[in-house]
Amino acid sequence: MTPILTTLTAIPALAAVLALFAGNRTSVARTIAFVATLLSLALSVWIWFAIGADGSMKFVERADWVPSLGIEYHLGVDGLGALMLLLAAIVSLMAIAASRKVATQPGLYFALILLLESGLFGTFTALNFFHWFLFWELSLIPAFFLIKLWGAEGRGRAATQFFVYTMVGSVALLLAFLALFLATGSMDFEVLTRMAATGELASAIQAHLGPITLWLALAVLLGFAVKVPLMPFHTWLPATYSKAPTPVTMLLTGAMSKMGVYGLLRLALPIFGHELAQVRTPLLALATLTVVAGAWAAAVQKDLKRVFAYSSINHLGYCLLAIFAVVLPSSSSATSQLSQAAALDGVVLQMFNHGLTAAAIFWFLTLLEERSGGLLGIDDFGGLRKPAPVFCGLMGIALFSSLGLPGLNGFVSEFLIFRGVFPLSWVSAAVSVLGLLITAAVILTVIQRVFTGPLPEQWKSFPDMTAGERVALAPALVLMAVLGLAPQLALGTINATVMHLLAGWRL
Amino acid sequence: MNAMNYGELFTITLPETILEVVSLLILVVDLGWLRKRSQSVRMATANVLAVLGCALATVWLLAHPQAASFGGDALVATPIVAAAQIGILLLTALVLLLSVKAEFSRNPGEFAAIVLLGTTGMMLVAAARDLLVIFVALELLSLSLYVLTAFAKSSAQSAEAALKYYLFGGMSAAFMLFGFSYLYGLTGTTSLTGIAGALAAQSVSPLLIVALVLVAAGLGFKIAAVPFHLWAPDTYQGAPAPVAALIASGSKVASFAVLIALTGGLIAAPNYLQSSTWVVLLVWMAAGSIVLGNLAALVQTSVRRLLAYSAIAHAGYMLLGIAAHSSQSGSAVLYYALTYALTTVGAFGVIAIVERSAGSDRLDAFAGLSRRNPLLAATMLLFLLSLAGIPPLVGFWAKFNLFAAVLRAPGVGHWGLALVAIALAASAVSLYYYLQVLKRVYVAKPAQTAPMQVSPVELAVLLAIAIAVALLGIFPTALSGWIPLG
Amino acid sequence: MLALTIYLSFAGALLLALFPRAWGRASRVFALAVALSGLAVAVAGFIEAGTQGTVSVADVAWIPAMGIHYTLAADGISRVLVLLTGLAAVAGILFSWNIGDKDGDRANEFFAFFLALIGGVYGVFLSVDLFLLFVFYEIAIVPKYFLIAIWGSTRREYGAMKLALYSFAGSAMVLIGLLAAYAAAGSHTMNLHELAQYNFPISFQMWAFPLVFTGFAILAGMWPFHTWAPTGHVAAPTAASMLLAGVVMKLGAYGCLRVAMTLFPHGLDPWGFSFLGIGSWRTVFALFAAIGIVYGAAVALVQNDFKFVIGYSSVSHMGLVLLGLLTLTQIGLDGAVLQMFSHGILAGLLFATVGRIVYERTHTRDLGALSKLQLGKAMPFAAWLFVIAGMASMGLPGFSGFVAEVQVLIGAWQAFPWFAVVAGIGIVVGVAYTWRAMQRAFFSDAPMAAADGVPVPEYEPVTWAEKAGVLLLAATSLLIGLYPRLLLDVISPAVQALPHALLTGGRP
Repeated sequence: MTPILTTLTAIPALAAVLALFAGNRTSVARTIAFVATLLSLALSVWIWFAIGADGSMKFVERADWVPSLGIEYHLGVDGLGALMLLLAAIVSLMAIAASRKVATQPGLYFALILLLESGLFGTFTALNFFHWFLFWELSLIPAFFLIKLWGAEGRGRAATQFFVYTMVGSVALLLAFLALFLATGSMDFEVLTRMAATGELASAIQAHLGPITLWLALAVLLGFAVKVPLMPFHTWLPATYSKAPTPVTMLLTGAMSKMGVYGLLRLALPIFGHELAQVRTPLLALATLTVVAGAWAAAVQKDLKRVFAYSSINHLGYCLLAIFAVVLPSSSSATSQLSQAAALDGVVLQMFNHGLTAAAIFWFLTLLEERSGGLLGIDDFGGLRKPAPVFCGLMGIALFSSLGLPGLNGFVSEFLIFRGVFPLSWVSAAVSVLGLLITAAVILTVIQRVFTGPLPEQWKSFPDMTAGERVALAPALVLMAVLGLAPQLALGTINATVMHLLAGWRL
Repeated sequence: MNAMNYGELFTITLPETILEVVSLLILVVDLGWLRKRSQSVRMATANVLAVLGCALATVWLLAHPQAASFGGDALVATPIVAAAQIGILLLTALVLLLSVKAEFSRNPGEFAAIVLLGTTGMMLVAAARDLLVIFVALELLSLSLYVLTAFAKSSAQSAEAALKYYLFGGMSAAFMLFGFSYLYGLTGTTSLTGIAGALAAQSVSPLLIVALVLVAAGLGFKIAAVPFHLWAPDTYQGAPAPVAALIASGSKVASFAVLIALTGGLIAAPNYLQSSTWVVLLVWMAAGSIVLGNLAALVQTSVRRLLAYSAIAHAGYMLLGIAAHSSQSGSAVLYYALTYALTTVGAFGVIAIVERSAGSDRLDAFAGLSRRNPLLAATMLLFLLSLAGIPPLVGFWAKFNLFAAVLRAPGVGHWGLALVAIALAASAVSLYYYLQVLKRVYVAKPAQTAPMQVSPVELAVLLAIAIAVALLGIFPTALSGWIPLG
Repeated sequence: MLALTIYLSFAGALLLALFPRAWGRASRVFALAVALSGLAVAVAGFIEAGTQGTVSVADVAWIPAMGIHYTLAADGISRVLVLLTGLAAVAGILFSWNIGDKDGDRANEFFAFFLALIGGVYGVFLSVDLFLLFVFYEIAIVPKYFLIAIWGSTRREYGAMKLALYSFAGSAMVLIGLLAAYAAAGSHTMNLHELAQYNFPISFQMWAFPLVFTGFAILAGMWPFHTWAPTGHVAAPTAASMLLAGVVMKLGAYGCLRVAMTLFPHGLDPWGFSFLGIGSWRTVFALFAAIGIVYGAAVALVQNDFKFVIGYSSVSHMGLVLLGLLTLTQIGLDGAVLQMFSHGILAGLLFATVGRIVYERTHTRDLGALSKLQLGKAMPFAAWLFVIAGMASMGLPGFSGFVAEVQVLIGAWQAFPWFAVVAGIGIVVGVAYTWRAMQRAFFSDAPMAAADGVPVPEYEPVTWAEKAGVLLLAATSLLIGLYPRLLLDVISPAVQALPHALLTGGRP
């Protein structure tokens, strides 16, 4: 059994060490990063196509690590994991491509990005808590330093907030899983899922620790609620996204936020689904709040980065909505099962879509920032479609995908989510539609303020996209269109995985 | 009474006789032939002759191990006594060798002679088992030491110290004799074994208590135990260095030897311990010495006074061992006394050299010694650490052995543990003041960086003592042929 | 073979004492050679013994009349700690490579004292005869004093004396207990295992245990007897701080386990009455340990001297070790020993960063002053080293501290749930102070880009010796973090072989 997954995780890590030696030479470091990420992308594409369509875990690697603590080296991917690997590779590649000018210590910069990528890969392939937690934390550190060292004015505080919030969530996760270990003697996700499905888990916890299963569930939830984020644990996000260097924001919104949703799907729902079902209503309320308030907040922002930061909150809110809708107190009817499947399909696809789209949007923002000399206010621009039609056109595609225009990828996932959520919880679905409407308004406003309208003097000679940039951005946009028009390319595998997962859960 | 067997007496006291003869010989040689020679030659000759005398006596003792007693136990010659005596002779020899370069006296012949007389007194004290013999021997020792203390005629301090020593000592001797007389009155005999038997048959009377207190006063003075210690700091400070060394070493060994014997005499049966007045006296003296000695040493700025107070503390530890009164504790005390004495001789040797160079024995005089003479500093390091009880030096082993013996002694019970605890705690405190000296030696910068002059003889002796201190610490069984351990 | 570690160190120390003062460079090269050979022996011994139980190393009659033998043996715990000592010794010498550049450095004396200290530490870990153990324990005190008093920095004479006296006082307490035990058991043996078999009366154990445990715990930095530690660590030169926090404090914890708990296990039993919820010495000391964890962390959080932060963090981490020992569970004890190793390495790294790499160059340890120096840019090696060491010290998974802390927490949860919570809080505070120090010292919000016109101070480049030392320690921590079984497979059987009373979790 060739250790494909280990190799995948190792490639960026090793490249990170190499990049450190590049020191001050941006081109060298960037090339190393490029090569490594391209390799990872190739490998993750291969994995995606190689896992087949039955939805079970593939490329499983197991080895004893510290048996006395239930720690095992256990890796594996199913459709969900493979899609996330693909996303991580794509977004990392985009981030590296967007990092053309690094003010200082480029070697360190690219090393940190590569380390972050490795952390992402590790999280998405881990099936034992220790290993998973190791990479979860491992991705936190480079992110912190990327914000802290290369960010804009006020980055210190933003980085601090980011660190503290995520740490608190991590501690909650750690404590919950330590408790699980104490009760069951295992840290393996698959084992714990099986135990949860048969009810063994609850009785084991009861026996060893008392009636705290719900508290454990909430602790785990907290860990992920901070990461996604779920309102009201989101307050770190706008500052962090806006102060971070924009390529780093691409990574944050494109990939790291998905770690939270992935965690919910891989850890929270399988192991604590039954407990979460007991608090479904408050959770749904919070998810709805996230959707609507996220969109609303985006509407009143004056800084483009903050607009899309809040918009990210909104888009991921749909994922949360779907996830919480799926935890039905009693799911037996076939229709609800279908809805659950649809909702989860939507979640998985939305993760990928939003990652792709948001990364692309922030990439465009980077280009905008470079050309404007650092300005990114929504009112700083206007009428750019005259001097830079291609730029506006391409960015428009990305924006419309975010809006959810049919024909682009964003629509499919949002549709699936609503298709799934309406039967399961029509109230939240109905209210969340507001989010769709507000988002539409936001995007259109951006387009109007930035692309159309009077053209200020200083932007008369706004440079359009160079050939290189067009080539670089094209694949992402093409992918958006392809997935929008032929979503079954991805949905086949996703659905198989979702059905497999649902079969194993007891909600 | 048995008829005096003078032949036996002569044989038993042959070592002492050797010393007496040699001392007379020294006087003859020095005043006869060497009067016109320089001080240093005279001093060297006198001391070397004295050392030879000690060597001779030692050889004799080694060659004729005896287990005999003379005159109804007036004097005994057992292996333990022989060990003590050899130790005393060795210490005297070392002191003499270290004082070869001393310049405090214009009467070197008399000096060496009186030292030998004092040594004779020490040896007799160690062997004596009769009250009168004890007294006479102690007086011989004390008078010699009084005179020696005053030997630095050009120093007012020396004269003052000698006067204090003499007055105090004379008074204590009087007390002791008075106490002895009461003991005789109570028991009808002056032999220690006789006294043991007689006291066992009696109950404790006020007269006995008075007698014991008086005897304790006398002996307590000799070993500088609280509350009879007041002479010690001044005497240690004022006397010439070799004399101070002698007081601190040989005289202590002898006094403890006789204390062990006396305790044996005053306490007949082992389980008499708990209620025995004598033991109670010893214990209080011990506790007081340990506490006061260590505490007072903390604030001293003169290294000699520091050593004096530390000597009081060490006397306290040894008194604990005597109070425990078992055969093991007795030999442990002797071991402790001998090794402590050896270390102290070394320490005073270093002090003498530093005083010669820097003119005072204050702590600052030692500053930067490690720079000026690394070997000398290293020996001082070993001596002081041994006194503090740091392994692997002999001081640690001696303490361990002593305290183990105290705890193992039958009938010791809880007071023993409590006292050992106090002793160890105080010993921990003692590290502070020893480190004060060593801090000056190793850490502080020297006032002048010129190398400190040491004569080869002195250095050789100090090194030998230092090596012995280290080796005995690592291989304590080296002495077990003479002083049984365990 | 393991005994060679002791002999080589002492022989080296003796030879170095004879070197002339002018041979500065030769002294340090020689010292490094000796330390490396010691490490080689330790590693070889570790590998050779594998996961065996006790490996007997030497057994010679010393003072047979008193039952004292020169007995050396190494069970799993000892082998791990000997390994730690070897690593710390080599790293310490590498980080002292600047000593010997000038004559006034007195390099030969420095390395002589250093090696003597190492020799004593090796001896303690390998001794099975209690007298011998005590001898080695005491031998280690004097070199510590001189290392700090002569080559230290802030208030060095005071710090050195405080350390020496506290250590000596602790050892006096231990000696009383040992003597009492020796006498009570008939005075014919000082062998640890034989004495452990002897059934001391419970009343005896009830006072002997706290006495001996406290004596050793003083050296381990247990609250409230810890005050020597921050002062001493700050005063000491870098290599000495590394050894003090990294290895010497472990001597105390080792003594607690090997002597106090093994000889007097019933001293941990409940008293039969309880006062304010405390019903046994076990609870008392666990309480002290837990307080130490939080107190150390909290005080570290408000320090302005960088080295004090690390000093107090050592107190906090050692509290975790002691808590682990007192859980009396397999997992807690495993964790405690692993934490001893892990913290030993990490403390070395932290002190090396602060003392050697930063202080040597900037001559300040004040966090406020450092925050103005843009050290993140000026000294990237030091900055990132501290990031890694700090993360490891926080307990980040992937480094050695995580597994150890998890084990201790699990054990503590089984034994004293509330203390486990307190310990957890302490660990979280640990994240806070490490991060605060890191922020202020290296990554404070000074402008990054040189284009801002603020000049970046120039410092001497990192020397090969510093790099080598860092590599050694960091690689070890990473290795053990990723594959803790390297050590756990050796520690667990040794813990299992401890007297049964120590593994019952406090249940009779």
